[in-house]
Amino acid sequence: MSTVLEMRKVSAWYGATQVLHEVSLAVGEGQITALLGANGAGKTTTLRAICNLMVRTTGSLALLGDDISNTVTEDIVRLGVAHVPDGRGTFKSLTVEENLKLGAYARADRATIGRDYERVYGYFPRLAERRRQQAGTLSGGEQQMLAISRALMLQPKLLLLDEPSFGLAPIVVREIFNILKSINANDGVSMLLVEQNANMALKIAHVAYLLETGAVVMSGDAGAIASDEAIRRSYLGH
Amino acid sequence: MSGLALQILSGLATGGIYASIALALVMIYQATHLVNFAQGEMAMLSTYFAWMLFAGGMGYWQVFFLTVAASFVFGMVIERIVIRPISGGSVLSVITVFIALMIIMTSFAGWVFTFTIKSFPSPFSDWWKITPLLSPHEVGMIAVTLAMLALVFAFFRFTPVGLAMRAAALDPVASRLVGIRVSRMLALGWGLAGAVGAVAGMMAAPIVYLDPHMMGGILIYGFAAALLGGINNPWGAVLGGLIVGVLENVCGTYLVGTELKLTIALVLIVGVLLLRPAGLFGKPTVTRV
Repeated sequence: MSTVLEMRKVSAWYGATQVLHEVSLAVGEGQITALLGANGAGKTTTLRAICNLMVRTTGSLALLGDDISNTVTEDIVRLGVAHVPDGRGTFKSLTVEENLKLGAYARADRATIGRDYERVYGYFPRLAERRRQQAGTLSGGEQQMLAISRALMLQPKLLLLDEPSFGLAPIVVREIFNILKSINANDGVSMLLVEQNANMALKIAHVAYLLETGAVVMSGDAGAIASDEAIRRSYLGH
Repeated sequence: MSGLALQILSGLATGGIYASIALALVMIYQATHLVNFAQGEMAMLSTYFAWMLFAGGMGYWQVFFLTVAASFVFGMVIERIVIRPISGGSVLSVITVFIALMIIMTSFAGWVFTFTIKSFPSPFSDWWKITPLLSPHEVGMIAVTLAMLALVFAFFRFTPVGLAMRAAALDPVASRLVGIRVSRMLALGWGLAGAVGAVAGMMAAPIVYLDPHMMGGILIYGFAAALLGGINNPWGAVLGGLIVGVLENVCGTYLVGTELKLTIALVLIVGVLLLRPAGLFGKPTVTRV
C-alpha cells in the first residue's frame, strides 16, 4: 500500500517554544489515520506543520513522494491537502453555497464541480436545505458538516480533520463520524483525524498514533490499540 | 413646488458623486475590512493625472481609461509600500497612516500643481440633456455611477475572484487553507478601489473643479453614504449616496441653510451608527455560538 503523507522527524516551534519533537508518522492511501492525545499534546500543531501554517518546522514532509517541507500553505492546498482546522474555518457571514464554492477555489479540474455539490449535499442533506443561509446561522453540528463539505469540494488527496467532535452533542458526533467513515469507504479519501475523543476515533480509524507532549509514544493498528487494556488505562484515560 | 423638484434633482446629481466615492470605500472595505480615509485624496491625484494627460492633448476616453488603469496600479503600489508593512498593526496605527496619506497627498498635489482651481472637461454633450433641470454632465455622471455599481456588484457576486476577496477580508487564515493568496487579494482590492475612485474624481471634477482640496467635503458625504447604505453592500452605498445628496440639498435649502449642510452628513453618520450599525441595506452578520 502506498503512502499519501510521510512525516519524518518533524519538529515545530511557535517563536522560541518547541511544541513538536521529531514526530514521524505516515498516512496510508485510502486509510483513516487517527492522531490521539490529550490537550496540549501537539495534535493541532502537527496539522499546522503539515500545512506550513503559522508554525516554524524542521524535518521532512512528503506528499505522495514529493517533498513539501518548504511549500507555502496555498500551494499545499493546490496539491490536494484539505484542512478542516480547529474552529472549523467556515466563513460565517457567507452563505453555505459560497463556502462550498470557496472550497473548490484552488481546484485545477473545474469540470466536475457541479457533481461534487450534489455529492456533499448527498452526504449532508441538511446543508442542501440551507444552501442560501449564512453559515453563522447554522447549528454547531451543521457548521462542522459544512467545514467537512467545504474540504471535500477540493477533491482532496488527503483530508486533515482537527477535532470534528469538538463542542458537539454525542449523537451529532456519532452521525458525523459515521459519515466520515462512509466518505472514506465510498470515495477512498485518505484522512488524518486528530481527536481527543479516542473511543470514537478508534472506531473508524485503521491506524492510530498516540501523541504525548509533542512526541509520538505509540502507534499501531487501531483495533489493537482500542482493545489493549494497558494502553487504554495509561493514555486514553479509561 | 418646481423649486423642491429642482432641489431634489440637483441633490441626486451631487448624490451621484457621493455614491461613486462610497462605492470605492465599499470596494476597499470588502477587500480589507478597513475604511480608507485617503480614498478621496487618491481620487484627487488620479484626476490631476488625467488633467496632465489632457494638457498633453489626448482625447477624453483615451485619458479616461488610461487614468483608470494608472490608478489601479497606483492603488496596488500604495498597498505594497505603505499598507503592507503595517499589516497586523493595531487599528489605530492603520488609521494614523491613512490620515498621513491624506495630508501628504493633498500637500503633494498643492506643491506640484499649486492650489489654484482648475477646470476639468466633461465628456457628455447635449445628447445627454433629457431634462432642463439637470445639466448633461449631471445626467451622464449618474449613468456612469450606475454602470460602475453594476460592475462592482457583478464582480463581488458572480466572479470567483470577487468571492475570494470577500473571504480574504473575513478570515485570512481560513482563506489560505482553501488556497486563496490573501496578500494578492489585498493588493487587488486597493487597485480596484483606486480605479473606482479615479472614475469618481473625473466625474466630480467638472462640477466641483479641480484643486487639492476638492475631495475633502465629498469624502465626509461619501462616508455618510456608505454607512447609511451599509458598508458591505454596493447597492446600499449608491442608494445611500443619492439619499445623502438629496437630504443635503433639501435640508440645506429649507431647513438649516448652506453653511450647515456638512452637519447633515455628520448627523447622519452618528445617527446611523447609533440606530442601525449595519446600515439601511447592510447585512448584519449573524453568529451563533
